[in-house]
Amino acid sequence: MATVFKRPHALKEKELHYCPGCTHGIIHRLIAEVIDELDIEGITVGVSPVGCAYNNYEYFNCDMVQAAHGRAPAVATGIKRVNPDNYVFTYQGDGDLAAIGTAEIVHAAARGEKITTVFVNNAIYGMTSGQMAPTTLLGQVTTTSPYGRKAEIHGFPINVCELLSTLEGAAYVERTSVHDVKNIKKTKAAIKKAFEVQKAKKGFSIVEVLSTCPTNWGINPIDSLKWLEENMLPHYPLGVFKGKDLEV
Amino acid sequence: MAEKLLMKGNEVIAEAALRAGCRHYFGYPITPQTEVAHYMAKVMPKVNGTFIQAESEVAAINMVYGAAAAGARVLTSSSSPGVSLKQEGISYIAGAELPAVLVNIVRCGPGLGGIQAAQCDYFQACKGGGHGDYKNIVLAPSSVQELYELTVHAFNLADKYRMLAMILGDGMLGQMMEAVEFKDKEEIYSADKDWACTGTKMQRESNDITSIYIQPEVLEGLNRKLQAKYRQVEQNEAMVETYNCDNAEIIVTAYGTVARIIKNVIKMAENEGIRVGLIRPITLYPFPAAAYEKYAETPEAFLSVELSAGQMVEDVRLAVNGKCPVHFYGRTGGVIPSQIEILNEIKKILNK
Repeated sequence: MATVFKRPHALKEKELHYCPGCTHGIIHRLIAEVIDELDIEGITVGVSPVGCAYNNYEYFNCDMVQAAHGRAPAVATGIKRVNPDNYVFTYQGDGDLAAIGTAEIVHAAARGEKITTVFVNNAIYGMTSGQMAPTTLLGQVTTTSPYGRKAEIHGFPINVCELLSTLEGAAYVERTSVHDVKNIKKTKAAIKKAFEVQKAKKGFSIVEVLSTCPTNWGINPIDSLKWLEENMLPHYPLGVFKGKDLEV
Repeated sequence: MAEKLLMKGNEVIAEAALRAGCRHYFGYPITPQTEVAHYMAKVMPKVNGTFIQAESEVAAINMVYGAAAAGARVLTSSSSPGVSLKQEGISYIAGAELPAVLVNIVRCGPGLGGIQAAQCDYFQACKGGGHGDYKNIVLAPSSVQELYELTVHAFNLADKYRMLAMILGDGMLGQMMEAVEFKDKEEIYSADKDWACTGTKMQRESNDITSIYIQPEVLEGLNRKLQAKYRQVEQNEAMVETYNCDNAEIIVTAYGTVARIIKNVIKMAENEGIRVGLIRPITLYPFPAAAYEKYAETPEAFLSVELSAGQMVEDVRLAVNGKCPVHFYGRTGGVIPSQIEILNEIKKILNK
């Protein structure tokens, strides 16, 4: 009998702590599948963020380093410079990467640091219970924008891929989503490409993955996927922003 | 044969780090320590090492965290306002038990303060600085020769205890040129860094480096482990110079640049028939309390002289433990006390 579905080796046999319906689990699995397919588990070092995924070092079978809030790209820089043959990735949320860690991500990209960032954008702070993120949409209600995000008070959401794609050191920049199967597959392909860009030493690579937060959005998991599609996609268009024709 | 060179303090720090096997430096420009970075920027590319001028002190210390996690000997250097910014990373380094070396060429504060020499960061260096119950090993050189020796020592201590070891200098020391005699070969503490994140090579379980423990009992376990380690450091690693303390009428205590001035004050006092001793802590943490205990009942008084409003004096009082009056004399803002000034203070205390 052929096995058609199994746990990727790069994922530990451990139950995830994420809320029901959260898409972190899917994204973890995709990274692990890519690590398996590229056969790089033994030479990969990941960097965990602060946020809901703070302890994802417990889930990946590769070596993992937990970083301070927003500092993952700086930590990854240190790791990569010591062992340039390692694959080094960071896993960061929108508060981590686009608020407190803005300087670190911009400069890691500008330096063309040969690391890969998986950026999970669900337009809200999850772990601290639903505060406004830099990527929160205009009008979106959060615990710190209870009357909806207003441009004149809170300013505008940050489009990270568009921003980083202006930097020469950023070799590969793609935004994907995990709201349906087709897009989950595209996300996996994007993460794989990003790791291959790292292997080819082309520069910095990032995949922004639009994700859901049913708990803090206050929407059930299925409707959350729909909410993502209807509300986030118009503001955060999917696609490759940089490196479309990059040979790896 | 040992090599003797005339070198600037800051450059000696960089050279010492290289001799100690450090091949990774991350920093951000700030006066008066920037020559460390200049030196590293020149040398690192030639020795297949890493020099990164980071986007901030915060990024630099987190690069240090990453490089240390990957098992490397790693250095960062800065000066007071920059070291304030590094406190987040320093706390994480303590929590994750990573070895790293940090140089603080202290300038006067608070705020942007000034660029002249000061010792106003003693509390920050020795009493935590960042959040959480933790310690850094703090070494206080008072000559360019000691900058060299203690920088090499700092790397060894960092590796031995998986701690951050800090060189606490000042602008005077960093900018000063003096003769320095390098050894032909350094003694390098050989640490088995089997905890480092270098990739499992599919031959071991994954290594995780973290400082977060949600379970209170588990986190208390880490804290107990850290405190036990600090007790070991206190027991084994205190360094101190005592000079002229037997039969001293007064024992002056000072570290770094100030201790140099005191040695001249001792000669001046001798000419006036006053016997002055010196206790010079070389390690500020662990504080060499035993030296103070030993002489606690010898003099009429102790005098702590600092380029601060009175910081080390608190540890001196704890060590002397009420057995003798402990006085303080300090200058701040980058002002260096003169020998006469200190001698007058001594006479005032001794009613002479």
